[in-house]
Amino acid sequence: MNILHFWRALWGITGRELRRFVTQRERFISALVRPLVWLFVFAAGFRAALGLAINPPYQTYILYEVYITPGLIGMIQLFNGMQSSLSMVYDREMGSMRSLLVSPLPRWFLLLSKLLAGTFVSILQVYVFLAIAWAYKIHAPWQGYLYIIPALILSGLMLGALGLLLSSFIKQLENFAGVMNFVIFPMFFLSTALYPLWKLKESSPLLYHLAKYNPFSQAVELTRFALYGQYNQEALLFTLAAFVVFISAAIIGYNPSKGMMIKKGGG
Amino acid sequence: MNTSPALSVSDVNFSYGAKKALDGVSFEIKPGQCTMLLGPNGAGKSTLFSLITRLYDTPSGRIELGGHDVKQDTCKALATLGIVFQQTTLDLDLSVQQNLRYHAALHGISGKVADARILEELERLGMIERRFEKVRQLNGGHRRRVEIARALLHKPSLLLLDEPTVGLDVPSRAAIVDYVHRLANTGNIAVLWASHLIDEIYPDDHLIVLHKGKIRAIGSVDAVLQTTGAGQIKDAFFKLTQGDEPR
Repeated sequence: MNILHFWRALWGITGRELRRFVTQRERFISALVRPLVWLFVFAAGFRAALGLAINPPYQTYILYEVYITPGLIGMIQLFNGMQSSLSMVYDREMGSMRSLLVSPLPRWFLLLSKLLAGTFVSILQVYVFLAIAWAYKIHAPWQGYLYIIPALILSGLMLGALGLLLSSFIKQLENFAGVMNFVIFPMFFLSTALYPLWKLKESSPLLYHLAKYNPFSQAVELTRFALYGQYNQEALLFTLAAFVVFISAAIIGYNPSKGMMIKKGGG
Repeated sequence: MNTSPALSVSDVNFSYGAKKALDGVSFEIKPGQCTMLLGPNGAGKSTLFSLITRLYDTPSGRIELGGHDVKQDTCKALATLGIVFQQTTLDLDLSVQQNLRYHAALHGISGKVADARILEELERLGMIERRFEKVRQLNGGHRRRVEIARALLHKPSLLLLDEPTVGLDVPSRAAIVDYVHRLANTGNIAVLWASHLIDEIYPDDHLIVLHKGKIRAIGSVDAVLQTTGAGQIKDAFFKLTQGDEPR
């Protein structure tokens, strides 16, 4: 086993995820339709209702559509992370997870490769979304489209690791609905994706604190600042810390001697 | 030259909570040997496979693949192993070739070498014409052949098969049984085949009869018949498993 082996395996896992994504057209379309509906319908409806003060990284008054664009990028990555989690549970039930886990590579590397592959797929979705948003006249500085790449990698990894962690606890596919109710929705609505923190503070200090320390909020803010060429250190450190916690717990969850695999009776 | 057994299992125990699934299981498989692991449902065959493949941790005892401890030296041990699971583990939405390339990548085989080996294995299994078809379009027998080709791509020294013929029609089953036996005889590869179908056993095979987590008999077909005093494997199996009759 050498570095070339690791590289080939990573390349193989990424290629497989990409091929699966391309062949599953419905998944690609639904991944795009969801944020676009929010952008075209929800944002248009709430544009008049929600006044936004000038807050960093913005330097002028902005339309609500502009505000929620980074939140919708986060939404794409959040759903992609959960989709990966769902596909891990599915793969485990169908057995194809076994063929990955019995490969002659360290399990942490296999899980990390899965995460990187999923993140790569989510970044492709984000850029297609941004292209449509651009045509809808939502423009960011051109450098921002490059600066967000590292932010997207980190937030994609963090959200994917959360999905991976959840998949190590979910026994059956049917239980996945619970994830939607108890993870995705609270994470999305209790965040800065749809409204800024100061708005939440006005209505409820508790919700404000929950949203502030929600890792998804931090990932959205990291992307928001990067899209406007700015660096948000707090968001970076918070997202990084959340990634480390989630991936460590997921690796333990998938460890045959420590994790949940035996309790589930299969790999 | 590595003279270690292809598989060595020493005093392995495993429980699901209070229920003992494997109880002091020990055996060895040498290169070129085809060993049929017989046992009724719930005997512990799949648990044993999960321990050999390190899907489960081995809490007590020791398992070595090609001389490498699966617990201490997991990657080297797993590199010697080719596996066909009971359930199909192919990606149905990818083509035969894409599935095999994916497996080759996980074993660190370069694209060029992988493509050559894919052609070689598919040719031997009579599947070369189907390599661009999606797995979803293949019938059960052909999917199994692809899984065998996949298990052999990285040239393992031990091939594990967990009831690979379940659900297949008679000709597909016979073809796979024959192919794997020829592989063991001519390719110097060790085979451990979990089954509860007596007609899959060839006279030269070694047998391990597992029942309620314990090895009830081990040895050549003749040795097992002699030990049990039975005239046929079916009767020997019946005696050893006390009525849990195979098909």
